Amino acid sequence: MKTTVKTWLRERSELGVGALLFLLGVLVLTDALTLDADLTGRGPVGPATVPLVVGCGLVVVAVLLSVDVLRGGRGEAEAGEDVDLSEPADWRTVLLLAGVFLAFAVLIGPVGFPVAGALLFWGSAYALGSRHLHRDPLIAATLSLLTYVVFDKLLGVPLPGGPLMGVV
Amino acid sequence: MDSLNSLIDGFGTALTPMNLLWAAIGVLLGTAIGVLPGIGPAMAVALLLPVTYGLEPTGAFIMFAGIYYGAMFGGSTTSILLNTPGESAAVVAAIEGNPMAKAGRGAQALAAAAIGHFAGGMIGTILLVVLAPTVAALAVDIGAPDYLALMVLAFIAVTSVLGSSRIRGLASLLIGLTIGLVGLDQMTGQQRLTFGSLQLADGVDVVIVAVGLFAIGEALWVAAHLRRTAGEAIPVGRPWLGGDDVKRTWKSWLRGPLIGFPFGAIPAGGAEIPTFLSYVTEKRLSKHKEQFGKGAIEGVAGPESAASASAAGTLVSMLTLGLPTTAVAAVMLAAFQQYGIQPGPLLFEREPDLVWGLIASLFVGMVLLLALNLPLAPVWAKLLRIPRPYLYAGILFFAAVGAYAVGGEALDLVVLLVIGLVGLGMRRYGLPVLPAVIGVILGPAAEQQLRRALQISDGSVTGLVDTPFSVTVYAVVVILLAWPLLRKVIIRRGGTR
Repeated sequence: MKTTVKTWLRERSELGVGALLFLLGVLVLTDALTLDADLTGRGPVGPATVPLVVGCGLVVVAVLLSVDVLRGGRGEAEAGEDVDLSEPADWRTVLLLAGVFLAFAVLIGPVGFPVAGALLFWGSAYALGSRHLHRDPLIAATLSLLTYVVFDKLLGVPLPGGPLMGVV
Repeated sequence: MDSLNSLIDGFGTALTPMNLLWAAIGVLLGTAIGVLPGIGPAMAVALLLPVTYGLEPTGAFIMFAGIYYGAMFGGSTTSILLNTPGESAAVVAAIEGNPMAKAGRGAQALAAAAIGHFAGGMIGTILLVVLAPTVAALAVDIGAPDYLALMVLAFIAVTSVLGSSRIRGLASLLIGLTIGLVGLDQMTGQQRLTFGSLQLADGVDVVIVAVGLFAIGEALWVAAHLRRTAGEAIPVGRPWLGGDDVKRTWKSWLRGPLIGFPFGAIPAGGAEIPTFLSYVTEKRLSKHKEQFGKGAIEGVAGPESAASASAAGTLVSMLTLGLPTTAVAAVMLAAFQQYGIQPGPLLFEREPDLVWGLIASLFVGMVLLLALNLPLAPVWAKLLRIPRPYLYAGILFFAAVGAYAVGGEALDLVVLLVIGLVGLGMRRYGLPVLPAVIGVILGPAAEQQLRRALQISDGSVTGLVDTPFSVTVYAVVVILLAWPLLRKVIIRRGGTR
């Protein structure tokens, strides 16, 4: 019995999209309704009007989408050059990549772009299945350093050098 | 004649050594990135946007134009040699191009595509020169209600023309509009959806949304379903065309733009529909119908030319009305806004150097594209063999560089990742990405026009439909919305007859 409920839900996981849209709609509506009333009076249409329309739209679309899913409608997963839809999704890789990316966001300030960028590339390549012990870090370091020099020095787009560049 | 003089001035801008260099770098970078499998033109321009941050606007847009055309050409190379189109507009190139490559005629297929891009781009850009100033002059008089109508049309067109499910397109649009709401209200300074955060008060930068949805979302989606055995690219020599082939294709090159340009100018999803229409036309008109599906060269030449011309058509509505009709144009509009420049009818008056320099550099870019890409094709083909972990790690890497370069904020990287995860979910459940990007870009502008229009009419809703122009546009919107119903009625009538 329990398993049938599970498979029923798994086949209709798109209902989750409807639920998220619904929550987003409620969030937008709440935010619009709690705007400071004193300032909303300027002009016939205040700052709350459009959010109210968008919020209602989200709620309506959430309901319509859920109805569509219950009636058997399914969103088609996107195909692509390197996408193999015949295999089940590999969410572990996605989590690893998200973790590596967050680590980059945390590290870029303290250690600077060249080091953090190299770790981002190496970590991502590792997560995606590349296992060359010497080649991967070498490519990562070269790419990161090169990007830093090109952007920061040649193109005039500032990137933090970090302590390492301070020494050099 | 006026536009001819302006164009000559534009060439003066475009042909300075520095700007020529930017154009050449743009074409090379655009082609290289566009050739990489999995990267379509929209992702290519979004990823390369930060490269232009340090430049002054004219140089930046000249480079940008090169990237755009280069990425489109690069995409068709991938289709022909790998048979796995990165985006819907390149599907048609794969239908005939890949069988040609398999039959050892890859060089001819690439040449037909390259010259097709050149011809289509040339004709399209000439049409742009002729039409854009006229459209801009007409558009100067249109007011807030008319703009609002145009934007509503763009919203509806992008959600109902593209993709298989309207409700999913609409969901995507609303997600975009919601992201566009974040920040201070432009008219009253009220904080909306900021949750007290100072960083969010500035709003979410469009570049971060575009990079997040196109690049991060795509990389994560591919990571979840990475094909363990990558497709084999067919090796190719230097592209060339024999006399017989030229005889077969020159008409196709000229026909393509006639189909591509008008479709690019209207909000109908860019190159997807015109490339397909061009393919069908070429098939019908060809003397070699039996070759179609097995490698007919006209089936490469016509659609590629149409695709390139539609890119020029896209620029008409983008430059004169500020209305992006494709994902690439949306990113380009974001780039304009980055410099505080608002495309629209006044752009031609306010920034003539920039606009005509940009248009002239389109011509320069196309010549460079043809001159560089024919000899370099074997090199580009080698890029197809890049190991996939490096490719997608590289996409994440450069997406991070781009998002960080916007404002130098680490928090932007977190926002980027969140939007990327949204993009991943959208791909999983078949929500198209383009409506969301259009929503983020046009949403705030549409709100402003709405409020301006209602201020003029003192709150009366009739103020939104008091011009013939806006009424016409809304009529088109209604037809678009009612189309599935209308089609049913028409089919039923046809059946009973």
